[in-house]
Amino acid sequence: MAAFIVRRFFTSLLALVGATLIIFSVSRLLGDPRVLLLPDDAYGITEETWEELSRQLNLDKPIPFQYALWVWDLMRGDLGRDLTDRHKIADKIPVKIAPTLKLAISAWILATLIGIPIGVLSAVKRGSIPDFIGRAFALLGQTLPVFWIAILSILVFSVWLNWLPAGTMGEGFSLKHYILPTSTLAWFAAAGYVRLVRSAMLEVLDSEFIKLARAKGVRYNSVVWKHAFKNASIAPLTYSGVLFAGFITGSISVEVVFAWPGLARFAVEAVWTNNFTVLAVVTLMFTAAFIAMNFLVDIMYAFIDPRIRYS
Amino acid sequence: MAQAQTQQDFEVRLASSTGWISKSFQFVRNWPVLSIVILTIMVLLALLAPLVSPHDPLFSTLRSRNAPPVWYADGTWTYILGADTIGRDMLSRLFYGARISLMVMAFSLVFGTIIGTALGLIAGYFGGLIDEVIMRLVDIFLGLPFVLVAMVLALVLGTSLTTMIIVLAVLTWAGFVRNVRGEVLSLRERDYVALARIAGASLPRILLMHILPGVINTVLVIATLRSGQLILAESFLSFLGAGIPPPTPTWGAMIADGRNYLRDAWWISFFPGLAIFLTVMALNFLGDWLRDKLDPRLRQLSS
Repeated sequence: MAAFIVRRFFTSLLALVGATLIIFSVSRLLGDPRVLLLPDDAYGITEETWEELSRQLNLDKPIPFQYALWVWDLMRGDLGRDLTDRHKIADKIPVKIAPTLKLAISAWILATLIGIPIGVLSAVKRGSIPDFIGRAFALLGQTLPVFWIAILSILVFSVWLNWLPAGTMGEGFSLKHYILPTSTLAWFAAAGYVRLVRSAMLEVLDSEFIKLARAKGVRYNSVVWKHAFKNASIAPLTYSGVLFAGFITGSISVEVVFAWPGLARFAVEAVWTNNFTVLAVVTLMFTAAFIAMNFLVDIMYAFIDPRIRYS
Repeated sequence: MAQAQTQQDFEVRLASSTGWISKSFQFVRNWPVLSIVILTIMVLLALLAPLVSPHDPLFSTLRSRNAPPVWYADGTWTYILGADTIGRDMLSRLFYGARISLMVMAFSLVFGTIIGTALGLIAGYFGGLIDEVIMRLVDIFLGLPFVLVAMVLALVLGTSLTTMIIVLAVLTWAGFVRNVRGEVLSLRERDYVALARIAGASLPRILLMHILPGVINTVLVIATLRSGQLILAESFLSFLGAGIPPPTPTWGAMIADGRNYLRDAWWISFFPGLAIFLTVMALNFLGDWLRDKLDPRLRQLSS
């Protein structure tokens, strides 16, 4: 197990290094990096500021050296400055992380609470109307573009019915402002859970030990939840990595459409204002989170299923 | 006479019950009819966009901005699905949008598929260090949050049709390598491959003529399942303003256009989204069907 964790840790580290390499080479090798670091309205820039930029970027040193210095700065927490207002990015990040985490965690809880029971019900009542509804719910959740659903939900619940606010987090803690963003983001994830739990449950329910448990006279509910679901829950766990990737994409959609003041919206605004430093930092943060998540999932999976450890 | 009549009646009824009705029923069951119909319509509209569009998709008249669809009291047949915020015809823009979406998807899919399959073949066939390097590369690419990386590339390279295709191709190839490699690992041990080698077949010949046909089903299934995701990704990036720049009509950008006009003109955001949804759903169904037909082992690779 220790050997597996170490090996898996190094693959994750490699992926992270790969990500920094990609961002670095994209920014330094395709064109002049100094141009990227100038604000959009870099009017009347002087020779001195241009030279200053070269020095900041260490452009006079060899490329591997430049890379090492850049990574070193990132690791020290020196994330550079926001190109639009020249404030330190490191000061802005904590303010932006909180809304993103709040949204993601509430959506994840909602997705689990909805997705898993629907998946189990769908499998247990296979071929019935609840199963049909459950599958339609899953299918729509995975094919409807999240950003479109977000807009439609505003159209229906804010514009037409005037029940819920169309965006932002509101003043203080306002549950009303959470309803639309959370449920939009949760639908996609819940859809994934339904599909996985359903197919895993169907497979387990069909196996011999379930028939034996039933033949012994174990109560039906007990068979479904204790025997079948326990075994079927491994598959959704492996999916958590994929789910997390979907969550990142989903939260970009939701934060943009609902004007949610989080990290993902920060990144998209950076695209609109050609704010390269911000976009690079946020991308690296999401990448690091994504890689860490995959690492944890694999470790958890290896704990549950010994076959993984030795493959 | 009477008997002949009933006999004939019976035969007619028999023909109609076991004949075309049940046959077409089975046809619908065995073939993804709805998918094929939707995709055929989309492809035709995309190809024939200049012929079937009632207006120039870029022509705008402010007089007709936010014009409602035809079924509204003040709607006209001039703008069947209404007009957008600067008075461009929605229907024409949808047709041209189909063109862009399908073209970007097709090009990036072809490039991504070729690169991914080639690397999968090489990694599986040679093994060793090459395999290790390729697979680590795949791990890195699969471990990247793809939309954000695409946003970085769009910012650095500038937004254009070519950038979009390159970005999507770069982010697609990795999805093929692992499955193709897995197949090749078992195929290369087969006797017929060994015999081909003994017979003096060249390396490209072995890879392309003997091993590639064995993995083509897997590649087809993955490619079809990927195509829907590519359409979603393209429209999402265009929606965010990191995709294909205006005034090119793209479904994603059209949705973004209508976002601030929901109260007055909901149709601007609604119809492009519906087009994306129908296309992606059709492609996903087609992919699921192909997978069940060609390669049921890819079950876990859901759309």
